[in-house]
Amino acid sequence: MTEPILTFANVSKSFKEICALEEINFSINQGEFLALIGPSGCGKSTVLRLASGLEKQTTGEIDLLTKKVGYVFQDANLMPWRTVRKNIGLLAELEKFDREKIKKKTDEVLKLVGLEEFANHYPIALSGGMKMRASLARSLVLDPELFLFDEPFGALDLITRGRLNVELMQLYTSKKFTSLFVTHSVEEALFLSSRVFVFSGRPGKIKGEFKVPFDYPRDPKIRYSSVFAKLSGKVGKILEDYS
Amino acid sequence: MLRSYLYRLIPPILVLLFVVGIHYYITYGVLEPTRRFLLPPPHSIIYEGFFVPKHRDEIFRALLLTTKVSIIGLGIACLIGFFTAILMSQAKWLERSLYPWAVFTQTVPILALVPIIGFWFGFNITARIIVVVIISIFPIIINTLTGLLGASRDLHDLLTLHKASRWTRATKLMIPYAMPDLFTGLRTSAGLAIIGSIVGDFFFGRGSPGLGMLLKVYGSRLRTEELLSATIVACLLGVFVFWIFSYIGRRMVGHWSEAWSS
Repeated sequence: MTEPILTFANVSKSFKEICALEEINFSINQGEFLALIGPSGCGKSTVLRLASGLEKQTTGEIDLLTKKVGYVFQDANLMPWRTVRKNIGLLAELEKFDREKIKKKTDEVLKLVGLEEFANHYPIALSGGMKMRASLARSLVLDPELFLFDEPFGALDLITRGRLNVELMQLYTSKKFTSLFVTHSVEEALFLSSRVFVFSGRPGKIKGEFKVPFDYPRDPKIRYSSVFAKLSGKVGKILEDYS
Repeated sequence: MLRSYLYRLIPPILVLLFVVGIHYYITYGVLEPTRRFLLPPPHSIIYEGFFVPKHRDEIFRALLLTTKVSIIGLGIACLIGFFTAILMSQAKWLERSLYPWAVFTQTVPILALVPIIGFWFGFNITARIIVVVIISIFPIIINTLTGLLGASRDLHDLLTLHKASRWTRATKLMIPYAMPDLFTGLRTSAGLAIIGSIVGDFFFGRGSPGLGMLLKVYGSRLRTEELLSATIVACLLGVFVFWIFSYIGRRMVGHWSEAWSS
């Protein structure tokens, strides 16, 4: 068993008087895909903000073993004045990579997410799904060891969402980055992750943990299997009880 | 291409024809011949203003001066406004300290200031430029500031995660994000700059004449034809700068900004 890449020990977080998260305990192992699911406003996103260091916890300990953290938001958040290529190179620029290296990495990642043809387009010309791919690519350039996903596909239509789930699955299978994935969708959580934590409404607490018994790489068809449906029902039940 | 131009041009031209028609009707149908000087017919306005060489040269020289004062003033307002907005975007306390004074430039009765500006700076071109700067700086500051502060929290967070410096944050995120708003401000201010330059000119009433002083002279001598032709020129100048700045805005940010793409 490898050492956990990220550990939360008794972590609580309050904003002014309001308690957002209470006594959160979990750890993620290297290469694991963990999903956090819960009702709106339960503090799931706060978990990611704490993990990345954007916020400080009120009490408790957070242990993060890597500096290479990728963060993907619900909105693609591309810079509209930069072409797709320049957007994807943004973080590499911030990390002061030299120009050759930025170009090489950007080309590589453009291909990986299938946006080569759109490299010189501006975001205004892209569909929602393509914008999200570009957003993902922007983080991939830095080869993160831990990926924090804050409902990355939440704003997309169902068809695009399903397709991007499959694409993310393939990426994960080939790159094996550790992932902490926040979502509202039970289906998405079960399809992608190996473990699911269910959060209660505010203050956010972990109310249930499920192991997802499918091996990677996963076939998109598992989403229609009876095992999947049963598990989905169990998660949904807890989710309903505590929201 | 040609068709789309025609579609765009024909409606305003119809409006023009309609207004000219009403104009003729008032001149010849409503006014008695002895009172016709109140609204001379369009053709004599055009003739007196643009075909009598003396008037034409007078108006043209005034137009040049007014344009020059407006452009210099607008340029200065743009520079000062842009850097003021950047300063205000850097800290909440700076914004709070400067905001009321920015509003002040908008609300100060410029007519009350004109004599003082005249006493301090004389009645030459400098004083007129100062009036233009005061009148036109507000939209530039406010629009640019709105843009600078408008980038999403997520993008700011992304920069924070990668330890971007204040400089990097300003140059890679805030300033590019503010460009469409800056151009919106500039377009509004361009029109104001011309008004400022005419108003300054009108009230200083000394030095070489711009359109404002010409309007005053024509008005006091009841030379309605020249007065109206000078007014037309002033309006056209306003429309022209608005168009120029729309064009510049579209060229600069139209390829990525939803607000500016046509």
